[in-house]
Amino acid sequence: MALLTVKDLSVGYGNQIVAENINFEVNAGDYLCIVGENGSGKSTLMKTLLRLQKPVKGEILTGEGLTENEIGYLPQQTVIQKDFPASVREVVLSGCQSRGGFRPFYSSEDKKTAAENMEKMGITDLAGRCYRELSGGQQQRVLLARALCATRKLLLLDEPVSGLDPKVTAEMYALISELNKEKVTIIMISHDIGAAMGFADHILHIGDNVFFGTKDEYLGSKAGKFFLMMQSRDAESVFASGPRKTMKKEEETNG
Amino acid sequence: MDKLAFYLQYPFVRYALIVGVLISLCSSLLGVTLVLKRFSYIGDGLSHVAFGAMAIAGVLGLSNNMLIVMPVTVISAVLLLRTGQNARIKGDAAIAMISVGALAFGYLIMNIFSTSANLSGDVCTTLFGSTSILTLSLGEVWLCVVLSIVVVVIFILFYNKIFAVTFDENFAKATGVKTDAYNLIIAVVTAVIIVLAMNLVGSLLISALVIFPALSAMKLFKSFKSVTVCSAVLSVVCALSGMIISILAGTPVGSTIVAADAVVFGICCIAGAIMGGTSK
Ligand SMILES: Nc1ncnc2c1ncn2[C@@H]1O[C@H](COP(=O)(O)OP(=O)(O)OP(=O)(O)O)[C@@H](O)[C@H]1O
Ligand SMILES: [Mg+2]
Repeated sequence: MALLTVKDLSVGYGNQIVAENINFEVNAGDYLCIVGENGSGKSTLMKTLLRLQKPVKGEILTGEGLTENEIGYLPQQTVIQKDFPASVREVVLSGCQSRGGFRPFYSSEDKKTAAENMEKMGITDLAGRCYRELSGGQQQRVLLARALCATRKLLLLDEPVSGLDPKVTAEMYALISELNKEKVTIIMISHDIGAAMGFADHILHIGDNVFFGTKDEYLGSKAGKFFLMMQSRDAESVFASGPRKTMKKEEETNG
Repeated sequence: MDKLAFYLQYPFVRYALIVGVLISLCSSLLGVTLVLKRFSYIGDGLSHVAFGAMAIAGVLGLSNNMLIVMPVTVISAVLLLRTGQNARIKGDAAIAMISVGALAFGYLIMNIFSTSANLSGDVCTTLFGSTSILTLSLGEVWLCVVLSIVVVVIFILFYNKIFAVTFDENFAKATGVKTDAYNLIIAVVTAVIIVLAMNLVGSLLISALVIFPALSAMKLFKSFKSVTVCSAVLSVVCALSGMIISILAGTPVGSTIVAADAVVFGICCIAGAIMGGTSK
């Protein structure tokens, strides 16, 4: 039994379907990349996998003893209010919340996990800083550290590099594949087809033609060829969505 | 000082001070969460509901009107939270409807059934708290003390969960935290605090008591814990000084406390601007 099995799933809002006929399987240790155009329903699918939303049709089965509180999540956009007072340490520690059950306080083990994950993400020296005053890249690392506190099994990442500069993007990818080597299963949404091809072992393409298979199968498939062609048509394809996203992010933090 | 010592001889003054400190402590604790979750409007709505319930209790001639005010307010809190979750806009409208409706209904009932000669005085007392804090019976004082302790204990026990749910509800939910249950706890505790605070400042000024200390603390501090502690301290200091001033100067208790809160907020704004200006 796979870690996660998705059967004939349709996702959407209310009765409105945004993506359908989704079938795939994720095994422990996999690195699955979800690709597709803007608005094709990738984030919606991820929210459905996280049970933040009800599936319109179909089912999601978990196996290998994966329970609800063993999933880590890095949202695409966190609507954290501009003036929320929270230190980096508090944010990272809050990832440990799910395993405590009804225990009211964090155990020393939780604190150790948080410290380790901050170390791993290179944010230990930011621990006392205010979360909202960090740069986008630093915030992203904080949220990744938080996600790691929640689980060592399965991580769902929704565009973890959006708004990051090329250097930090590369570091982020390196961190994620490092985690994958440590047997953390990764499901990542990305517009960066280059990275998807470079790091992932399975690809799920959402859109008119849903595709699921290994990286090599994807390269040979119709959907894959077309998508790759579209992506490489604008020369700096890797950052086709980069600058726009960056600007949006800046507007939000300024505004 | 002599005058203060003289007043402190009276038990009802001491009760008022104890109850005032406890209530201000409780009301400040959830302030940060309510402000950040945009729940402050629920606080406002609930205070009107509590006013309506108070009016009904008064008409029914209940000796202890907490018996009716508390359950009604708690139930309304839960209902408001439900509608607020289903659809944001509808939730807003529901709150406006319930709160204004309760206000009108409450006043109407008071007007029709009231046997008191001084109706506008009664209404004023319920809305602005005026002197009710000085007329508490020993039983009411104990009720306040017990409820305050319960609120503080619940807050401490659920502190980390409240943070998780307030900071990023989706993440908390996705990782298996029972966010619905904690939202419910937040709503119920809010309702209890509001009913308690009605004694101190009256139903119209409760929001100020809940929100001002939190906003002031947020100007000065940047971690959740320090903001929570700071707002508790500010709230207690303001309540104490407000009550003492009102005793000495003969001003209305509730409005004096809220005025103190507002002054402190102004000071914190300036201090925050200076601190922010130098550190950047
Ligand atoms: N809360 C919502 N209610 C109704 N429709 C929504 C909601 N959020 C998104 N949608 C719609 O669902 C569709 C899929 O959105 P989704 O966010 O899943 O796309 P995406 O693949 O993640 O896109 P992107 O690459 O831009 O992140 C879009 O057409 C969007 O308009
Ligand atoms: Mg998306």
